[in-house]
Amino acid sequence: MAIYLDYAASVPISAEVLATFTEALQTVGNPSSTHSLGQGSRMMLEDAREQIALAVGCDRSEVIFTAGGTESDNLAIKGLFWKRRGENPARNVIVSTYMEHHAVIDPIEWLEAHEGAEVAWIGVSDEGVIELAALESFLAARGSEVALITMMWANNEVGVINDIKAVTALAVKHGIPVHSDAIAAFGHVPIDFKSSGLSALSISAHKVAGPVGVGALILSRAETLTPLVHGGGQERSMRSGTMNAPGAKAFAHAASLAVANMSKHNSHTRALVERLREGIESTISGARFSRGSASAMTHNAHFTFEGLKSDGLLFLLDQADIAVSAGSACQAGVDRPSHVLLAMGRSEDEANSCLRITVGLQTTEAEIERFLQVLPTAVAAARSANPT
Amino acid sequence: MKVLAAMSGGVDSAVAAARAVEAGHEVVGVHLALSRMPGTLRTGSRGCCTIEDSMDAQRAANILGIPYYVWDFSEKFKEEVVDDFIAEYEAGRTPNPCMRCNERIKFAALLEKALALGFDAVCTGHYATILTGDDGELELHRSNAYAKDQSYVLGVLTTKELKHAYFPIGASASKDDIRAEASARGLAVANKPDSYDICFIPEGDTQDWLADKLGEKEGEIVDRSGNVLGQHSGAHGFTIGQRKGLNIGRPAADGKPRFVLEIRPKTNQVVVGSHAALAVTELAGSRFTWCGSEPKDATTWFEADVQVRAHADAVPCMAAVVDGEIVMKLRDPLMGVAPGQTAVLYVGTRVLGQATIDRTVSALSVEAETIGA
Repeated sequence: MAIYLDYAASVPISAEVLATFTEALQTVGNPSSTHSLGQGSRMMLEDAREQIALAVGCDRSEVIFTAGGTESDNLAIKGLFWKRRGENPARNVIVSTYMEHHAVIDPIEWLEAHEGAEVAWIGVSDEGVIELAALESFLAARGSEVALITMMWANNEVGVINDIKAVTALAVKHGIPVHSDAIAAFGHVPIDFKSSGLSALSISAHKVAGPVGVGALILSRAETLTPLVHGGGQERSMRSGTMNAPGAKAFAHAASLAVANMSKHNSHTRALVERLREGIESTISGARFSRGSASAMTHNAHFTFEGLKSDGLLFLLDQADIAVSAGSACQAGVDRPSHVLLAMGRSEDEANSCLRITVGLQTTEAEIERFLQVLPTAVAAARSANPT
Repeated sequence: MKVLAAMSGGVDSAVAAARAVEAGHEVVGVHLALSRMPGTLRTGSRGCCTIEDSMDAQRAANILGIPYYVWDFSEKFKEEVVDDFIAEYEAGRTPNPCMRCNERIKFAALLEKALALGFDAVCTGHYATILTGDDGELELHRSNAYAKDQSYVLGVLTTKELKHAYFPIGASASKDDIRAEASARGLAVANKPDSYDICFIPEGDTQDWLADKLGEKEGEIVDRSGNVLGQHSGAHGFTIGQRKGLNIGRPAADGKPRFVLEIRPKTNQVVVGSHAALAVTELAGSRFTWCGSEPKDATTWFEADVQVRAHADAVPCMAAVVDGEIVMKLRDPLMGVAPGQTAVLYVGTRVLGQATIDRTVSALSVEAETIGA
């Protein structure tokens, strides 16, 4: 039986959510149809919207359902940039950090290449914490040129939690909307959209034990954006396309459970990660806990191992039926040096030697012990496969 | 044994992996990512590191029911194969990058990594056969499918590497058989076209690609006596034996066409001469390796056949190691052999070893050509 320690990549759908989802899939009717069946689907969708609003502390009208986290990020970044720059051509700068997920970095770089946007990447500390002083001085100098700031709530690779309120406090002085990718953070840290000062926030269902292919962009009612998808004008005309009511319902159920179980989840995973850290640091030399003492999500243990490349280590662990990752999952199945570690000032060799272990409510102590038993041998073999 | 099947996404490596599974080995499929900027789709016969190829390899592995991984060798590939390819051209030589890839990547970096990770052998879809000789040592031989034989590009393998190399389709009669077998096994790559070109030159135009990397640098076109006949815009744009595109205007005194005989990188000169001067009678190289056990006394002249291109016939020669250099005296002259090319020595079907050609001796002396003119 395989040991799954890659919860940050995707959390297995829970039995309860699966039951909700499969039942909902049998519903007849398009939520936009005016007949009674259609109204039934619409009710399912709106109930889900309300539950999501409760889970993230926003108005129900602020929830825009999407087909996943990447779409939410693209909609927020391109949509807000186009809207803002359209209103004021002087605002052509996007501010972010290189700690972001590619779902954020790539749309920004696309806007830079195709739309003439200017990008300011704010530095992070060696523990992965945003350099707020650098952000503050950049905004003091060029705040009036900034169209948008986007900074993730918590990092998906190393687990560091950012001080989003501090970011929005700086942005508000210059009238800049702030988007936050909270896809990794949702379900792990309390999120209250209203008090966050954010204009937009992205979340995704499969990171909280919901189905893949469902997400949401929380967009402040005070904010509008230029839509990416045009059609029937659904979702406040921000995201056209027939609404996925069953997906939304399953997402809402999963989100509610994640929020309700957050403290139980966090104390369970904190204990497992403490054991992991202690076990690894006491048995393997040259292992470095990536985020140091930075504030972080409890379920994430990210290490670099001197003298090896992740692909060899992942191969050996997979052969031992242990599923872990080097960072975020990637299209071609090739592990590239982690851009997050590079942003934290680590060398390319270090950024090629990552191991991310992420656990969940279902992870058992026995699984962690089994992993700790296998790891030292695997690290030794991976090191011998990487002669210097 | 525990076998790492290198899977390119093509039909040969897929069938090779299938046969390894069928032979009862514990097989793991590995696709090598060799390009730092992988394209997403194949173009024509090119590309061996596109995402499409990786997906094809993965599909084949799924059908065979074996684990599959992608290993990144792009940095090593760039250093050892691509940069070397450019440097060789810059030095006026004509390298074979596939051979270099076998030597430095597939049967070196990959093999070493595989052994360290607990594998016993690396399996590929090459058409060549490993046999045990009378002395009990392993020998590399030509494939039965002579038209597809790839023993030439494997000539760089040493005894140690032969021990861990496994070519399950090496003794197949033909490529058609392999395609039919792939189809029968339900492998979707059965009808995928063969790749012929250099995988890291996506447009397929080597001269253009080299011009981009090396830049254009004007130089002289001269005859063998040193008379300047014209100008060129970059010596790397020429290959030995080339006739067209010399742009030297006036015809030779004898009215016959002229061919590129030599490229001199130090002086940036391209040397041209008659067709007869293109013929070489002797090849020599100081960078050579033996494939399997080496001859008892290589300093004594012995009979062999020598092949200088992947798709050329081998020709008879006498060979010997003389002053640290392997010298091959050809029975009949060969046309247009360039330094940098690999000479693979055969005895019958057996690969004896290989050398990178450093120098050639023309069949026609400078004096004779001058008199003839």
